[in-house]
Amino acid sequence: MLRTEINDILSASRELGWVLEPEAKRLCSLAGLTVPRFAWTNGEEDAVRFAHEIGYPVVAKVISPQVLHKSDVGGVVVDIDSDEKLREAFHRLSQITGFAGMLVEEMVSGVELIAGAKIDYQFGPVILLGMGGTGVEIYRDITMRMAPLKAKDITSMVRALKAHQLLEGYRGSEPISMSELTRTMVAFSDLVMDLEELIESIDLNPITCSSKRCVVADARIMLTAKKAQHVAGIPG
Amino acid sequence: MAVIGVSLNNDRHPANVIYYKNNLRYPVKVFPVNPRGGVVQGERVFAHISEIPEKVDLAVIAVRAEHVSAILSDCIQGGVGAAAVISGGFAESGRADLQDRIVAIAREADFPFVGPNCLGIYSPTHMDTFFLPSERMVRPDPGNVALVSQSGGILVDQMIKFAQEGVGLSRAVSIGNKALVKELELLGYLAQDPETKVIAFYVEGFGKNEGRDFVLATSQCQKPVIVLKAGKSPGGSRAVSSHTASLAGDYETFSAVFSQYDGVVEAKNELEMVTFCESLSCYQRSIEGKVGIVTGSGGHGALAVDVCSAHGLSVPPLPEQAQDEIRKNLSLSVQTIASLGNPTDLTGSAVDDDFVFATSYLSRRPEIDCIIILLLPYLPGITSDLGARLSQVYYQERKPLVAYVPHVEKYRMLIEGFELSRIPVSPSIEGAVLLAEAMRRAKPC
Repeated sequence: MLRTEINDILSASRELGWVLEPEAKRLCSLAGLTVPRFAWTNGEEDAVRFAHEIGYPVVAKVISPQVLHKSDVGGVVVDIDSDEKLREAFHRLSQITGFAGMLVEEMVSGVELIAGAKIDYQFGPVILLGMGGTGVEIYRDITMRMAPLKAKDITSMVRALKAHQLLEGYRGSEPISMSELTRTMVAFSDLVMDLEELIESIDLNPITCSSKRCVVADARIMLTAKKAQHVAGIPG
Repeated sequence: MAVIGVSLNNDRHPANVIYYKNNLRYPVKVFPVNPRGGVVQGERVFAHISEIPEKVDLAVIAVRAEHVSAILSDCIQGGVGAAAVISGGFAESGRADLQDRIVAIAREADFPFVGPNCLGIYSPTHMDTFFLPSERMVRPDPGNVALVSQSGGILVDQMIKFAQEGVGLSRAVSIGNKALVKELELLGYLAQDPETKVIAFYVEGFGKNEGRDFVLATSQCQKPVIVLKAGKSPGGSRAVSSHTASLAGDYETFSAVFSQYDGVVEAKNELEMVTFCESLSCYQRSIEGKVGIVTGSGGHGALAVDVCSAHGLSVPPLPEQAQDEIRKNLSLSVQTIASLGNPTDLTGSAVDDDFVFATSYLSRRPEIDCIIILLLPYLPGITSDLGARLSQVYYQERKPLVAYVPHVEKYRMLIEGFELSRIPVSPSIEGAVLLAEAMRRAKPC
């Protein structure tokens, strides 16, 4: 049943080659990952109504099949704490190419991690864990393992990060919930093993972790090209 | 052994080189084959493999690529055990079709072959299918390290380095295009090979999911496995749409996966490759990496500590009381000037007995699980006997010992004093630290 719903999301996205964020989040949620409360809104009133339902502050993001990297086009507005700011955000985001609606979701706070997956040609599904956010490719503080992951792998992965102290409670900050992170990573790994044939890579970035929960604040799922054909490597 | 493709008029043909060396210098019985028959080196050339009067275990095939499939079928028909296909001209030069055909023929008959486009197999004192004239090859001593390489050139080069560093070789296999027999099958074979204790691979790339199968197999293998991967820089400017795809490049993934499993040690470069082979050929065991350093020079000790800390090896300090214990057993001229914290610097005035005592003492300390000896043979109090004497300390105390000695001819006897007692020696301080690092990274056997 779950698998059917997940497959429906993926088949609907096949033409585009990747999964729009609200759909990616729905998929994550079906796989047992925690996502923020969110809604795909199509008008200002719609957006305001949902914001009242979950309470301010909220985040607004552009939904567009032509925008894979939302931050690059100014497609993310955070810390929205009033109807006025939300309407303003809707106005602005609706100007972006391919606008297909606005995602409104609850603001989450905590340490930003990235969980990633890639179907590697030589090693099959591999899972990445690292310090997340937009600077992930600058800091490159990451660790990888071949999937499937077991609970004990998460402990050793966290220990392998340069910034692991930030997760363990650094200078008075609360440590993140290791049990929630472990649950999240193992569920993610199971999902990746299930979808091995269908996906190319996944970024859950950031996963925002606090002492209570780990929330997938953004998800990007890249699908395999329809006629992906691998050619065996030739030695030199 | 049958060598197929021997030329009647070209002595330098690869098949001729292979035939000659095995005929003249190896115990293997070898038969030359050429459809035209005739005579080479005074021996009958067989026109067809079926004419050979004895059962053939191995056919070495060095004919033009388009003839290989027919010959492979003949071998299968004739009950040959296996083949080494030396010939090039397959997938590496755009003829994947020819390669697919020989694989299909072999698979159907469950007939193993290495290659094509390879040097084949070198098994010291048994046989040698490399088409390199013997006088051009540098042959390491027979020993317990097996080398498997996708590149024939790198393999021959590693053999030179083995010979230089006194590392013994059990088998060398060049797998070329690895159309049928790949790293995984050789790992399985060498894991069972009684002459092999350490298995080293040079890999350019694995086929689809074959890296996964290989790394999982290494975790079942009881012998240390070392892998050197070429192709570390990202290939071209491939457009990458996710952070993960960008961060998890081919090499990053390779390296991460290999560090995940205990069964395999990644050598980052050629120096690590040969050094890890040398160390693990002597010690198939794992240490935590708590190093005691015995040196005749403060500078050598300091440099060694730097390299240790860069590799995650610790150099634990010795308690005062232990230092006193060492001091009172040193020669008088050294007692007042030696610095014994760890590194244990015996100074340029040290004599053989000082080194032997300090090494024995450190071997019994629980906070230390490996000893690096930095030996400066030009010190006036040091004799050529010291290598052999220090080696005996290992056999008494059984705490792994590695050494640095500058590799010049006049220090040969000192070096052999270690090496002939199976104590690994490196020509550089960094290398000596890597000898210890190999044991830290290897899994316990």
